[in-house]
Amino acid sequence: MPLAVNSPLAPSDQIFAGLIAARDERQKLKQASATESTDAKVLFNAVREAYQPHYRAQVLARAQSAALTSRPFAERLVHFWSNHFAVSADKGVVYGLAGTLENEAIRPHVAGRFVDLLTAVEQHPAMIAFLDNQYSVGKDSMAAARFASRSRGADTGQPKRQFGINENLAREILELHTLGVNGGYSQADVTSFAQIITGWSIGGGKGRLAGGVPGRFYFRDNLHEPGPKVFLGKTYTEQGQRQGEAVLADLARRPETANFIATKLVRHFIADDPPPAAVDRVARAFLKSGGDLPPVYAALIESPESWDANARKFKTPEDFVFSTLRALNVSPAQPEEVIRTFDLLGQRQYTPGSPAGWPDTSKSWDGSDALMHRVLWASRVGAKYESGVEPSDLAAASLGAYARPETLTALRRAASSGQAVALLLMSPEFQRR
Amino acid sequence: MPRSSQMNSSRRRFLIGAGALATTATIPNALFAYTGGSSRLVVVILRGALDGLAAVPPYGDPDYASLHRELAIAAPGGPDGALALNNTFGLHPALSFLHERFAAGELVVFDAVASPYRDRSHFDGQNVLENGLTKPIGTADGWLNRALAALPRGSGRSSDRAVAISQNVPLILRGEAPVISKSPQATPDVDEDLLARLADLYSKDDWFSARLSEAQQTEKMVDGAADSNAMSKEAAKAAYPNRVGAVARMASELMRSDGGPEIAVIEASGWDTHANQGGAKGTLATRLAGLDQGLKSLADGLGPLWPQTAVLVVTEFGRTAAVNGTRGTDHGTGGCAFLVGGAVRGGQVIADWPGLHRTALLDNRDLKPTLDLRSVFKAVLDEHMHVDANTLAKRVFPDSSGARPLQGLIRA
Repeated sequence: MPLAVNSPLAPSDQIFAGLIAARDERQKLKQASATESTDAKVLFNAVREAYQPHYRAQVLARAQSAALTSRPFAERLVHFWSNHFAVSADKGVVYGLAGTLENEAIRPHVAGRFVDLLTAVEQHPAMIAFLDNQYSVGKDSMAAARFASRSRGADTGQPKRQFGINENLAREILELHTLGVNGGYSQADVTSFAQIITGWSIGGGKGRLAGGVPGRFYFRDNLHEPGPKVFLGKTYTEQGQRQGEAVLADLARRPETANFIATKLVRHFIADDPPPAAVDRVARAFLKSGGDLPPVYAALIESPESWDANARKFKTPEDFVFSTLRALNVSPAQPEEVIRTFDLLGQRQYTPGSPAGWPDTSKSWDGSDALMHRVLWASRVGAKYESGVEPSDLAAASLGAYARPETLTALRRAASSGQAVALLLMSPEFQRR
Repeated sequence: MPRSSQMNSSRRRFLIGAGALATTATIPNALFAYTGGSSRLVVVILRGALDGLAAVPPYGDPDYASLHRELAIAAPGGPDGALALNNTFGLHPALSFLHERFAAGELVVFDAVASPYRDRSHFDGQNVLENGLTKPIGTADGWLNRALAALPRGSGRSSDRAVAISQNVPLILRGEAPVISKSPQATPDVDEDLLARLADLYSKDDWFSARLSEAQQTEKMVDGAADSNAMSKEAAKAAYPNRVGAVARMASELMRSDGGPEIAVIEASGWDTHANQGGAKGTLATRLAGLDQGLKSLADGLGPLWPQTAVLVVTEFGRTAAVNGTRGTDHGTGGCAFLVGGAVRGGQVIADWPGLHRTALLDNRDLKPTLDLRSVFKAVLDEHMHVDANTLAKRVFPDSSGARPLQGLIRA
């Protein structure tokens, strides 16, 4: 499922290498001029310089693709998985890479197998960097052993660098990407899984972190905790990178994962409170197909609950904006347009702020202040696109039989066609899906 | 709180400042003819799990420096040292406003505190922090909304007695009692005629109808606020993401407006410091300085209301006692909380300190909680907001009999 527009987006490795180059350049300048700038400030400026054009291009391409695609359901699935495997661009190192996770790891596998999608995501540099796995080090790894032998006897008075794991990625894979928080794992499983994926890193560092292609997934054997490990009661004897991949393959097959994914799909596409019969049907399809996704989507669509006229969801800002673009048959031309829109509506693209992604229930989006921001945006859109639009045609095309008589009356009586567009976009039936 | 007779030498305990609580004769609130509506409460939710051992460094604990290593804050006195609270605890050096309030007797620091949640998921942890239950699911409303429904009727108060300073309402404030939301981003120039037509269009849809009328009332409140120009300017500069200063200023302006809300909820994220957390300086220090300045903006903005205000600062859980492999900390359990304001009987650290010795840690990794956050919440709702004890125990915090309200947190 490639982007529906032909945008020249740079790949993640190139973007990441650009960041490293910009940082090094600024470090050199800083040393040459002996300014007071801190390392953090240097990195911040490098991030802005190297990443901003890419973030803007990705956000624009995403909106254009949503507006113009001839396969809107597949596009919505891409957005669903992108939110399921959320990274957040408010973390500096992720900023310019956030869209690449969606385009490089999710789009190629959206109609494939869950295990391939999962593996591509967890080995994507944006996810590794977002959840801090690149420097997670096994305490019995080669790197830790070498450091211990070198520093023996040398007491510098400084606190010694502690080698160890970072359990962030491991925990969120279990809690948010596969089993779900009630999926039956313990703290010991989290710790063990974190050991298993030590070494899952990004290429192109310096010193201890040298090696690999800059900005690509790179397995650092010297950081990996060696030996067999027990996870969820099973002993994994694979070596190196394959140990983590074996765990992902098992996770992708578990009934807890099927149930968790089914619940999220049903909540997203059907109702805030997922009807159990639909969840069950989708979960069974997941297990039966071994995580092959098209039959899972088919089970979702074939669920009678999908067609229940009462099962409606209040649109998120993203749903609202993208459905507006499609209703008006317009596509944004400038990144500023998209960025300003989502800032106004409170859903800055690729920036949910947490690895749980954006919330997916109406209650999280239905504040009175949020509604006022939608009114403001709808009135601006109406003013911008009023010429060439016949509001009643627009209502027929976008709402069909869902248009209420009072909405059609309001459109007819509107003071201008711009106002009519705003009323249509803000009608309860357009605000729900 | 355990008395000294329960202490034993094998387990290091510090019970500081709380002795005064047990002996102070407080005048029962019932003696006053309380009419409601004069107290102000602001709840600040720090999403992502603040490292309590960095915000409130227990520099007097013998195991602190060796566990928290390069993230530890040094003892007071030296360069970048903690701001002293007593012989055991200090504040992070970035928290200068809070330290000033401590000295002024307006800040209570709670340590080794946690909600009833004992696992380590942010999202479930936040649910428990906000739903007031012992588990993450089971209700769609928040404890502050349930408390709101039980507030004594204020004289001349509008129906909108609580506001979320964001576009949408967080779980803690969701529920049956009406609340409003208002982000610092202005919504200028919404055409009155369009709004009138929308009101008409929404007349058969209760949900949209209610939201629109709330939004319009809020706009009126903002227009009537003392300093709406300055507020809009500030908001324009810092509207997104939720910088604490901008949201704090919006909260104070709304609360000061005529008939404005008595309760406000503010959220701040960015506390999930798994890597390169920093010590006296660095990532977390910058966040803490932003929080500290935001709280100062709130106090300054509330001005004459500050003496009747209590601000509760809470997070979903603490972080690991030991540094992890990436110069950060992972998800933990016990942490810290703050209660600050002119109405607060401050200058106290309330901590039944379990110590950081390996054998004292929960699951061999986290600060063990010895105080239930609900004991703090109940105390504030009882002493400050005058919600009756029975409602607190039954409706607001069901299954909380083990979490008895603290006493003496609010000035009589």
